[in-house]
Amino acid sequence: MAKKDIEKELRDLQSKLDNLKSEISDNSDTALLPIIKQMEDNASTLKVELYRKITPGERIQLARHPNRPTTLDYINYLITDFVQLHGDRRFADDHAMVGGIGMFEGIPVTVIGTQKGKDTKDNIKRHFGMPHPEGYRKALRLMEQAEKFGRPIINFIDTAGAYPGLGAEERGQGEAIAYNLYKMSTLKTPVISIITGEGGSGGALALAVADKVFMLTNSIYSVISPEGCASILWKDSSKAMDAAQALKIDANNLLQMGIIDGIIEEPEGGAHQDYAGMAENIKNKLRSALEELSQYEIEHLLEARYAKFRKIGVFKEG
Amino acid sequence: MANLFIKCPECGTTHFNKILSKTLFVCPECGFHHKLTSMVRLKYTIDKGSFSEFDRKMRSMDPLNFPGYDDKLKNVIKQTGSYSAVIAGEAKIKGEPVVVMVMDTRFIMASMGSVVGEKIAKGFEYATEKKLPVVVFCASGGARMQEGILSLMQMAKTSAAVKRHSDAGLLYISVLTHPTTGGVTASFAYLGDIILAEPKALIGFAGPRVIEQTINQKLPEGFQRAEFLLEHGMLDQIVPREFMRDTLANLLKMHRVSILRNNKKFRIEQYGLK
Repeated sequence: MAKKDIEKELRDLQSKLDNLKSEISDNSDTALLPIIKQMEDNASTLKVELYRKITPGERIQLARHPNRPTTLDYINYLITDFVQLHGDRRFADDHAMVGGIGMFEGIPVTVIGTQKGKDTKDNIKRHFGMPHPEGYRKALRLMEQAEKFGRPIINFIDTAGAYPGLGAEERGQGEAIAYNLYKMSTLKTPVISIITGEGGSGGALALAVADKVFMLTNSIYSVISPEGCASILWKDSSKAMDAAQALKIDANNLLQMGIIDGIIEEPEGGAHQDYAGMAENIKNKLRSALEELSQYEIEHLLEARYAKFRKIGVFKEG
Repeated sequence: MANLFIKCPECGTTHFNKILSKTLFVCPECGFHHKLTSMVRLKYTIDKGSFSEFDRKMRSMDPLNFPGYDDKLKNVIKQTGSYSAVIAGEAKIKGEPVVVMVMDTRFIMASMGSVVGEKIAKGFEYATEKKLPVVVFCASGGARMQEGILSLMQMAKTSAAVKRHSDAGLLYISVLTHPTTGGVTASFAYLGDIILAEPKALIGFAGPRVIEQTINQKLPEGFQRAEFLLEHGMLDQIVPREFMRDTLANLLKMHRVSILRNNKKFRIEQYGLK
């Protein structure tokens, strides 16, 4: 059974269980007790099945789960006094990218992130979380503003990638991403990026040239989507799971390879099961990262940021 | 270029290799600029005997144990006689000293993995240290999938190296040749102070096929060609191959480091004001 189906069955069971329990307390009918016991056993069996070690395919499903918390959800849980800021001052306001200023644990921060929609209509407005060049330019505008005012930057990343389309190409999608990488490499303020769902290629990296890069347990970060890789290499997108395996796109592998700085644990069953719990784990990680980064002089920070990306790569000198 | 005949991918005409070599591999029928190997490109661009190459033998490993990658590398090294998709070195263009790097599509579509990223970053770092301008002839199918996330990270690495070179007040000219796409477009290719392109070169982030699938409509003619990008403000100039060397030399001359950057004062005497 697919995780999604198990989840649904578990939810149904849980709600029936809750109904029954409330009936009992109303008229204390003890005949229902064995039935409840049976249902509780079923529920725990389903939970074991749900939370057993998951396969790469299931991880991708979780990373792309429609109920996965989005950037605005995290802002809602973590940031107070949030003021959303819009537009790139060049062309448009891209709803696939959100950002603004607010307070995190008592300090002002700039928060930016890609934004997937909550339903079909929202998704169409937000291009399914795939930013256009104006999205990346808005993000950079806000990051430079943060630099000016000495605010740390927190980036949330959950995108299949930069939007592939006519207008995006006309307005320089490649240039917009390149320019973010270039400018972020010397932004004179701490930058922390968290991959919360999909870290899709250059479209994700354009927010991830950071002093600290973290991933949630069930997020993925990849140079190309497994489907894209399979269709290019093997002319067969149904081999996506083989590609996912080969590309090593999960947090554990990426931590081992030195690409990311840490993993943020998700609540049982995935981030979408418990928004508050997920946000709490993120808060703790952000706090400790900010404490660590605030100890360094900016020059030291920039040296370390350069070195961090400079050393990535595996080759033979010849 | 061992083939006797070469067919033009643009107009379909077939020409003798020998004839094309006299037109700098520009199609006499339609003006299409054929892909060049990096050695031929260097021959057309730099002063004879001025090239000293960096890290010729730096080569890829197979860090992910990716299915088929190791064999692919062995084959392409054998076929091309090169160890990587980019050649880098110090040279002179009409007497102007420069770090020049040339990508070669024969090598796994000049995709960027660890080696391309390392050579490009190292080239910019060398130029920063020696106060030299950089010219990169870009061409690429994008990031090299077989090195996974390591390839993606080369985008950040090269862009950061370009930034340091730029912050030192030095000139970088990027020349976009057919085709320049994907992760290379979205990193050092688009970070030049001056961005030139060859006529009709295909330049873009997402491939035309992916875009067609996404928006579910046919793309207009000339989409993502150099002329289209110039029209949309993404390029400084389209330069036909026969003028490239002169154009580069002219730009380099006007950015001589000793004149522009060594001192805060602008020193016109080095030009000799007339």
